[in-house]
Parts: sequence; C-alpha cells; structure tokens
Amino acid sequence: MKVEQISIFIENKSGRLAEVCGVLGEAGVNIRALSLADTSDFGILRLIVQDSEKALTVLREHNFTVSKTEVIGVEVPDSPGGLSSILQILDQNDINVEYMYAFVERSGDNAVIIFRFDNVDEAISVLTANGIKVIASKKITAI
Amino acid sequence: MIWNDEFETLPREAIESLQLKRLQQTVERVYATVPFYRQSFDKAGIKPADIKSLKDLQRLPFTLKQDMRDNYPYGLFAVPLEQIVRIHASSGTTGKPTVVGYTRRDIDTWTELMARSFVAAGAHKGDVIHNAYGYGLFTGGLGAHYGAERVGASVIPMSGGNTKKQLMIMQDFGSTVLTCTPSYSLYLAEAAAEEGIDIKNLKLKVGILGAEPWSEKMRAEIEENLNIKAIDIYGLSEILGPGVGIECIEAQKGLHIWEDHFIPEIIDPDTGEVLPDGEHGELVITTITKEGIPLIRYRTRDITCLSKEPCICGRTHARIERLSGRSDDMLIIRGVNVFPSQIESVLFNIEGVEPHYQLIVEREGNLDTLEVQVEVNEQTFSDEIKNLQNLTNRIRKDIKDLLGVTCNVRLVEPKSIARSEGKAKRVIDNRQKNS
Repeated sequence: MKVEQISIFIENKSGRLAEVCGVLGEAGVNIRALSLADTSDFGILRLIVQDSEKALTVLREHNFTVSKTEVIGVEVPDSPGGLSSILQILDQNDINVEYMYAFVERSGDNAVIIFRFDNVDEAISVLTANGIKVIASKKITAI
Repeated sequence: MIWNDEFETLPREAIESLQLKRLQQTVERVYATVPFYRQSFDKAGIKPADIKSLKDLQRLPFTLKQDMRDNYPYGLFAVPLEQIVRIHASSGTTGKPTVVGYTRRDIDTWTELMARSFVAAGAHKGDVIHNAYGYGLFTGGLGAHYGAERVGASVIPMSGGNTKKQLMIMQDFGSTVLTCTPSYSLYLAEAAAEEGIDIKNLKLKVGILGAEPWSEKMRAEIEENLNIKAIDIYGLSEILGPGVGIECIEAQKGLHIWEDHFIPEIIDPDTGEVLPDGEHGELVITTITKEGIPLIRYRTRDITCLSKEPCICGRTHARIERLSGRSDDMLIIRGVNVFPSQIESVLFNIEGVEPHYQLIVEREGNLDTLEVQVEVNEQTFSDEIKNLQNLTNRIRKDIKDLLGVTCNVRLVEPKSIARSEGKAKRVIDNRQKNS
C-alpha cells in the first residue's frame, strides 16, 4: 500500500532545483509527482519517481542529502467536495496530515493525492475501512 | 612507556630547583643580550639578581605577540644570526609573521621534546609515522619529523594536501601513526569513505593531533571514524613549535608541559594576576633553555588551567587542561566573548550533527550578526520542514543558553563548507572589511 517518496535538501540558491532534475534526467529517472516546500533558507523537494533506489544512488553520488519516506496515494473523487470528504474522515479519526500534494495524472476518473501521515498504518486502515481507495505502490508509479 | 625516564619523572622539588637555576640563567642572558628585555626589566625596576625564587618570576613583565612584531624579524634573538641554524615563522594572518630562530642546541632540545611527546602518545621505534603537518615555515612538519626520527620510527614526510595520495600512501606504506590537525583527520576519514577505502581497518592506531583547538566530542568522532586513539599535542612557534605539551596515552587527561624547559603560569587575562592551579585563565610560558629566542612570560592567548596532580603515567610534569580556545580566535559579538570551540561543542552535543560548520560574522548598521552554518546530513535531514526548523531552533537555543548570543542558524548542503587541508577555517568575519 505504501509508496516510497524521496526527499532532497536544497539550499535556496539559484540553479539547485535544475541540478536535481538534471541529475535525475540524465539517469533516466522519470518524476511522477513532486512538491517543493520552502523556507527562506532552504527547501525540501519531495518526489515520487519510478525507480527510487536509482534516484537515491545518483543523487547521493552528486552529494545531495536525501531521505526515503513512506507516503500513501489516495484516490479522490474528482468533483467538488471530493477531497473535503476524505479530510473529514481523517479528522474524525484524529489522524493528522503532515502534508499532501496532488499527482499529475488521474487514476481512471479519480484524482490522486499523496498524503504524508505520522502513523501511516493507522491512516491506511481508517481510509480503507471507510471505503476509500488507497493505491498500491506498484500501480502508482505506473500511472 | 617513557622516553627520558630521568627527566620526565623528576620529583617536583627537583623540577622546581632546576627551573629556578635555568630561569636565573635565562633572565641574566636576555638582560645582557636583548635590548628589548633590558628596557622592559629596567622599566619594571627589576634586575636579574632580584630573581631569587620561582615566585619572583611574577615580578617580570610579560612578552606579547605584539612585541615580536615590533621587533620583526630578528630583534628578540639572543644570539648572533651566525649561531642560528633554522628560522621558522608563523602564518601571520594578521600583519607580519612572527619569526623564531633556533640554535643547534635549540633544534636538539626540540627534537628531544618531540621524541618524548611521540612516546607519551604511544608512538615507538617500529612505527610508521605519517606526518601530514605542513613542511615549511610552519613548525609542525619539521618539528614532528625530527622527533619521529629521534624515536627511531620510520617517518613519511607527507606534508599537507593531496588527500588522495595521502590515503594511497597510508594504505600502501602501512602508516601506524598519523600527525596532522584534528579537522584534517576527519577530512581524511571522509575522503577515504568516498574513495571506498575502509580507513578503520588500516594499520593506523594513533593520531597525534594539534595546531587548532578541538573538543572532546570531536575527539570521540575522530576515534570512532578512524578507529584510532586521538592524542592532543600542544605547541606554538613562538615557544618552540609542536611538543611544548602532550597528552599521555595512559590518561588522555590534560597535556603534560615539559617543565624542565618551560615554566607555565595561568593568569587573569584582564589583570595579569597569577591564578592558582585549577583556575581557568590565559597560559603564560617562560622558556628556560632556549638560546635563539628565549621568551620571558610569553602570553600565549590560550585559555586553560594548570594541574600538578600526579598522573597515572608516572610523569611528574604539570598538565594543562585541553585548550578551550585561543583568545585570538575569540570573537566579540555584541560585546560577548565567543570561541568557535564553544559553538563546536554545542553542535557536537546534538545527535547526528556534522562537525563541519562555519561562523559568518557581519555588521548590519551598528549591530553584529552571527550566522552559524551547519551541514545537513542524512541523519539530520527530514522530509518535514518542521523537523528541520526544530533542529535549527535547537541549535540556536543551545548557543543562546551557553553563550548568551542570539544567532541565525543556516542549514547548508553537505560538502558546501570548504574543507581545509591544514587548520580549519571556522570563522569568516566580514566586519572590518565592510565597516
């Protein structure tokens, strides 16, 4: 169920983001989803890629600080209120969302949202118990 | 093991009577041969004959680094140049370098004290000493070299720099003892990892590290990363070069100062008053056997304290505590004294934080600002902003708690702080430049 996300530390200076993408591009790693969180000094680039291990290896070779995190991909009805209904379920079950971002592609008729939770396992059980579709990791990188 | 059993284990009374005799000779000689000392003693109203006990040393005026600069290059030499066989000079980052000259006997003394230091640190005949201190005007390279030869070890005169070659030679030649700055030893470990060399399983067993202040935490890191004993060595070119003091491998607790050649005192840096053993202050050293450039009550600007407690190694010479900083390195930030080593100790106390840091001091308007740059690694990195902000807040708070100074903490990418192959450059002070 869980999806591997890689995160990269990026100093706020021009060209660093381009370098990360360049390194991945040269290694033939395709980016499937991304989000960039930033402060005035640094940013954290989070990526879902087809081949995490390869991405980690090439980024480390280029002296980037990287980490792996487990996130989950959730199918969200692509209609008004779709996301809201899921967030309400999470809220009612006291599950805190650390952050989230949207997948570029859709899965069938649904949008795909990547969620980062503190307690991934509990989040999965609450979501599935409420009939919400959590996408398998193999499937997500193939979207 | 002890290199010179007779002198290294002299009873205290014997050390002190030898010190008095040698001090009297030195004071007489400098008064007769160095105009600077004749003037400064006259001004203080003291004659060599007034030195009747070791306590009388306190009546003599101090010698400052500035006095060496004022007498640049040879003004403080106590012998004619034709008796000087070697000249060294400090790096002189601020103004002219300080120049020191050695007679043949001075070189011999230095060699003897470095030999004592090597043996105290656990290096012996049969060891392969990888000497990565710089050879040249800097005293580190040649000082260690001569001492290592005296011990009978095989010396590799590597000098600094060319890290890949250092690692190759370390592997192929089977180096057992490494001599360099503490920051360079960590850099070697890092570079070895990058080259795929398992530095922990080389033959290295001891590092004799000095020429910059380093913390206990940094020692632990070096001992772990290189799988060696890390021994602190003390010296300064004005007094001798490396080998003024050394930790013994038995205790690794304080550095023995060779008291048959030097008299250490600890003073209050503000009042100049001599402090009792155990109290922290500035280390002042008088050389009592040097011929080329004897120095009376030289203010080292190093902050430490003195102990004459017996040591488990059997040596009777007093010990200084590991340096907590050099008053030279001291930054004054908004009126607060800050030693880079204090910031280092804060960083080391935070799990996972790298020893690579840099302090940037600026002046904005009339206000000093301090930025502490710390490299992020995989241990401290997180995919969540709040965790990284917690880390910078923690560093900021710990520094504030320890030093009372507010700073900005900036996380930077790994290896973005320049690695030094000699003394680590910890501070970039842009205040003079811009004001």
